Amino acid sequence: MPEQKRKANLAKKKVPMPEQEPRVRARNFEEVAMGYTREQALEEARRCLRCKEPHCVEGCPVNVQIPDFIKFIEEEKFLEAYKKIKETNSLPAVCGRVCPQENQCEKLCLRGKKSEPVAIGRLERFVADYAASLPPAEVGEECLSGSLNKGKVAVIGSGPSGVTCAGDLTKMGYRVTMFEAFHTPGGVLMYGIPEFRLPKDVVQREIDNVKKLGVDVQTNMVIGKILSIDELFEQGYNAVYIGTGAGLPIFLRLPGENLNGVMSANEFLTRVNLMKAYKFPEYDTPVKIGRRVAVVGGGNVAMDAARSALRLGAEKVYIVYRRSEQEMPARREEVHHAREEGIEFKLLTNPVTIIGDDNGWVKGMECVEMELGEPDASGRRRPVVKQGSEHVIDVETVIMALGTTPNPLIAKTTGGLELTRFGGIVADETTGRTKRPGVFAGGDIVTGSATVILAMGAGKKAAVAINEHIRGKHE
Amino acid sequence: MNKIIRKTPLAPSVNLIEVENPLIARKAQPGQFIILRVHENGERIPLTISDYNREKGTITLIFQEIGKTTTMLGRLGEGDCIRDLVGPLGKPTDLENLGRVVVIGGGLGTALVFSQVKEMHKNGTRVDVIVGARNESLIILEEEIKPYCENLYIATDDGSKGHKGFVTDLLKKLIEDGNKYDRAVAVGPLIMMKVVSNLTRQYGVPTTVSMNPIMIDGTGMCGGCRLSVGGETRFACVDGPEFDGHLVDFDQVIKRTGMYREQEKIALDLYRECCKRGEHNA
Repeated sequence: MPEQKRKANLAKKKVPMPEQEPRVRARNFEEVAMGYTREQALEEARRCLRCKEPHCVEGCPVNVQIPDFIKFIEEEKFLEAYKKIKETNSLPAVCGRVCPQENQCEKLCLRGKKSEPVAIGRLERFVADYAASLPPAEVGEECLSGSLNKGKVAVIGSGPSGVTCAGDLTKMGYRVTMFEAFHTPGGVLMYGIPEFRLPKDVVQREIDNVKKLGVDVQTNMVIGKILSIDELFEQGYNAVYIGTGAGLPIFLRLPGENLNGVMSANEFLTRVNLMKAYKFPEYDTPVKIGRRVAVVGGGNVAMDAARSALRLGAEKVYIVYRRSEQEMPARREEVHHAREEGIEFKLLTNPVTIIGDDNGWVKGMECVEMELGEPDASGRRRPVVKQGSEHVIDVETVIMALGTTPNPLIAKTTGGLELTRFGGIVADETTGRTKRPGVFAGGDIVTGSATVILAMGAGKKAAVAINEHIRGKHE
Repeated sequence: MNKIIRKTPLAPSVNLIEVENPLIARKAQPGQFIILRVHENGERIPLTISDYNREKGTITLIFQEIGKTTTMLGRLGEGDCIRDLVGPLGKPTDLENLGRVVVIGGGLGTALVFSQVKEMHKNGTRVDVIVGARNESLIILEEEIKPYCENLYIATDDGSKGHKGFVTDLLKKLIEDGNKYDRAVAVGPLIMMKVVSNLTRQYGVPTTVSMNPIMIDGTGMCGGCRLSVGGETRFACVDGPEFDGHLVDFDQVIKRTGMYREQEKIALDLYRECCKRGEHNA
């Protein structure tokens, strides 16, 4: 369509996303947000101003050419839009659903200055779901396995970082093997993020796509145990990328933390998401949730755990967070969704003791109220205990969602790596290079727990650096 | 991968299977374990590696049919494959400078100490073994272990073989008869390991026990296998599975192990129902 005739949609608000009713969705595991229809996508796409110097792209860790793909949507060339995104982003259906757009692309959108920014995430999701609805031949994802002769790369971990790195390297012509410790690839996308926020068949589809490209996926392989990094090099791999994430749960070391009914969010979510405990006994893995549940923490994982507990039948679910809502690291949309579903927020509240019954099960959690003092090293105001504010919340289940630390398994068994104070691997931010030649690392294992898209960005940068490393070595 | 090449019943509902997995066989060491899944909708359970053959590329697992997963595993025969097998996980047993050792295996625990006793023997460690079980029919691997130990003693609850009573009675007698042990290794039911640890504490014999708590990933990620050791929280999957028996809070572990007893029963009962109707894979 000729540029001068284009009439932008000047509506102040984003086209709303259809969602399941809060009361209904709080009792099922179906996806909450249902996605734009074709008409809604066209309408929202017209809100893009097509800036000459688009800032949104700068806000995207993997550099999706946002105005270009939105333009394709407006022209109803949805497949072209998909291909445009896929040039730089190997997981659009995932990113469209779980990226914190409000802090990235949409934060820098010009429309956001005076009204709501363009719903870039929702449009990305629309395009990805459109492509998934087509017969694969029509989408034309290429299979490159015939021409992968530039070298062999081992990618450890099949989460967002590993998948991105593996996909990009395959497109460059490398033969990539991706190793996964669990029986199913996908990492945190599979075990961590619940079905109602990121359906597992969406993740499966993205994994299938990298397999189709020619990536060899090997499950049940705990690298560091079954094979060391040295052995991978002995097997002829020219480079190794470590994208093993930050998987170790943090506990508060509170009295009573080992009582029955206290779980890490990792354990709870793995049972529910990966092992499908919400379908017990159709699936063999059980999960036990009390009538009243407290989730300690204020991030996305805490919201996911709280909302999952509700869906498993809990009558009352509390989020217990020691700061105020402003400091909560969770996406605003998730906090909003949780509230709508009936999760109760106990803000400025901190647990001190978990109380057990005679049989070793949780029956309550003693908490104190907090006040915010001066900002601490993290820039957030430091919570201080209010004297005499001790009180007990009656709960039968406590889920600790306090963040995670890097898994030291590989670092411990690999010589020549430098480690951070938190047990992560020291790697160059722009290349993923570690202290050891040929070994690259990225994602949460380097940064500590962060976001899907940052992990993908790291995988992307490392793929470029690995290519340079191998080329420099062999040509 | 994971093909069962040998299956031998050892006792009622106790089976030995030898499984092909050259990668795990190449790395396995005494004291380590694997996690397996029998079918697509199955749960992940840990089992100790009781033996391995690096040349053949096989590992040996010995298990008792208790819940749904182990019952289904027991239904697999030679030529069948185990769906998922991951390992070797956990820290290997520390076999350095052990001096004189007494190894106590209770019930299925005997299978788990087998590779340790073999390895100790290879290192020239003098080992006495005490094997305990409810009755004679549940005594396993007696002949297999014998060549690797100096003395083998048997205790059965009902006296159908060896000493009538508990392994701790035998252990106490051995110590009081003047046997000087530098270390005790106890593997078996939690209550047995607790009682052994309480006894050896009195005599000042350092004691290693092997924990097998509820576990999902086995790599330190879920924290489900945590236990208190000397007042500190430790994860059995990465810090263990072996710990100082004098420091483990056994009462807590015993409670944690029962966390899903109700659900385990539901799953097993349903499975048995399905089997009766001829739907073996349900």
